[in-house]
Amino acid sequence: MSQTFRPHANALARFTLVGALLLVVFLGWLLITLQRSDFVTGANTNIEQPIQFSHAHHVGGLGIDCRYCHTSVDQAAFANIPPTKTCMNCHTQIWATSPFLEPVRASFRTGESLQWVRVHNLPDFVYFNHSIHVAKGVGCETCHGRIDEMPGIYQTQTLQMEWCLECHRAPERFVRPRDAVTAMGYVPPVAQAELGPQLVRDYNIASAQQLTSCSTCHR
Amino acid sequence: MATEVTRQRIPPTDEIPIVAPGQSLKTVTEKIADIVLRLKTPLSWFFGFTVGFLLLQGLLVAIMMLLFKGIGVWGVNMPVGWGFDIINFVWWIGIGHAGTLISAILFLFRQQWRMSINRAAEAMTLFAVACALLYPFFHTGRPWLALYWLLPYPNAMGMWPQFRSPLIWDVFAVSTYGTVSALFWFTGLIPDLATLRDRATKRVPKFIYGVLSFGWRGSAIHWRRYEIAYMLLAGLSTPLVLSVHTVVSFDFAVSLLPGWHATIFPPYFVAGAIFSGFAMVLTLLIPLRAIYGLQSYITARHLDVMAKVMLATGWIVFYGYLMEAFVAWYSGVQYERFVIWNRMTGPYWWAFWALILCNGLVPQLLWIRKVRYTPVILFAISIVVNIGMWLERYVIIVTSLHRDFLPSSWGMYSGTMWDWSFYLGTIGLFLTLFYLFIRVLPMISIFEMRTLVPGGQAKAHSE
Repeated sequence: MSQTFRPHANALARFTLVGALLLVVFLGWLLITLQRSDFVTGANTNIEQPIQFSHAHHVGGLGIDCRYCHTSVDQAAFANIPPTKTCMNCHTQIWATSPFLEPVRASFRTGESLQWVRVHNLPDFVYFNHSIHVAKGVGCETCHGRIDEMPGIYQTQTLQMEWCLECHRAPERFVRPRDAVTAMGYVPPVAQAELGPQLVRDYNIASAQQLTSCSTCHR
Repeated sequence: MATEVTRQRIPPTDEIPIVAPGQSLKTVTEKIADIVLRLKTPLSWFFGFTVGFLLLQGLLVAIMMLLFKGIGVWGVNMPVGWGFDIINFVWWIGIGHAGTLISAILFLFRQQWRMSINRAAEAMTLFAVACALLYPFFHTGRPWLALYWLLPYPNAMGMWPQFRSPLIWDVFAVSTYGTVSALFWFTGLIPDLATLRDRATKRVPKFIYGVLSFGWRGSAIHWRRYEIAYMLLAGLSTPLVLSVHTVVSFDFAVSLLPGWHATIFPPYFVAGAIFSGFAMVLTLLIPLRAIYGLQSYITARHLDVMAKVMLATGWIVFYGYLMEAFVAWYSGVQYERFVIWNRMTGPYWWAFWALILCNGLVPQLLWIRKVRYTPVILFAISIVVNIGMWLERYVIIVTSLHRDFLPSSWGMYSGTMWDWSFYLGTIGLFLTLFYLFIRVLPMISIFEMRTLVPGGQAKAHSE
């Protein structure tokens, strides 16, 4: 009777054993990597807005402060999307007849809000408050990236919990002086290793234990 | 056969052979291998498989319902936040223990009678673990979120599971147990898979058994390596028999709830696991030996020995019940006393007394020799013990939770239709897997049985 297996079956069997192990490791790596990819987190993806408002132009070019439009960022949980009236403060004077800005004027005439699309969307089970972060010296740039270089705005960070915890576990690595919160392209005046712990003390930033307590964010 | 034995005076256990007289190397191999390769599949196989498979479909429906609706379809709610899911998890994990005990500990103690039953008992262990694992995986109703607290892996939340919780110890205990049991079972199968490969006449079975037997030729060096590997795995499995259910009992004992917070839990859970495991082995093997005519291999002696193990472990369990009540009284703590009193006379009195009947009183019949040698009665007792061990977990979990320290938070619990269909579904999964096992693999270890028949002792490998 002929043999069931040819001699090369031995090599194939060994390859399968090693291959199965490698496959499991590879699949694990793939899942862990995919989970953090832009495809899943939505980072670095441009979002179509009703008007192609350019932060690069208004912030980077003209030097308008963040808080001129996002008025409640240092007082409330929500940073505030400006009403059309804020746009019209300037645009009744400049580019007042630009067809590009017609939706803004239409909104101003009718009182219908412009429907901006949310870019940074945290899950509903997370309690997030802008004012506390601004008050404790977390720069806009730290979470939102170089807004002054973005013609169309997009999310630069993953917004995943491990990203939040990166700072909550060691805030001294990220905080900056309060007067530099809205600065773009900020460089620490002295080494962060010295400045950070100093600011944590000065601003009474809570301990990592308190900052990483479940109910700090999941209330 | 066993029924004939009972008619005459029953000889002492040691005098009953492990393998009935008149068997040879050839008959052993033919009998067991032919069940898989040549014998026409008996009608009862199709019947049992169909029942199991239908119940399995019920499991799929129950899982879909759970995934769509969430665990609101189950009966769990405050104050009874742990219900059927953990009751059944513990029940299944417990059942698995007999397989490991038979295969590992009895192997190290050179108990030859294990050879007839270890294969089927180990298969039972694996399938019981598979059923048990469904519960931790599905009990949140959101299994795709279940992974991060089950297994520590670098997740996007930047969090590890709570390593100080017995629930995470449980994950490690059970997954180690499942892995070692699977390796042990498969290692023991390799020589038999080679026998099936050599006896198979059709191409496809020959190929499949050939692949699975890893090129086993039965040479002296193969046997030497096999013996070492099997011994090492037996050594690895032995502590697991004790550790797994100890850790399972920690899920309760480490908490501070009266009725759970007891130091006797680990030994009494381990004994209960072996008790229920042997009951399940009897439940499976008694019909199996009748259907396939295996009375020459699974003899009256096996039934007798297993019944004795049940009697001994049953008494340890019963001692546990007595101690729970005694310690509650002796502690003088009103909450502890209340829990035990509430168990006996509260709204779940029926479950407690049914448990005492099933696990305490009925097994006492096993003192009688004739009972141990009558398969039908033994089968009935094994079913009663299976029910009793389920009730034990029901009583421990539900009665301890439903009336805690504050009467204002008292409540009642009962399983819903979806609890029951999930539970029956896992029985379906178990039956389906077990029926597939007896159809495609030798349910008794052929090469180990060869060592028990005349001519097999010195050169079992050189058939």
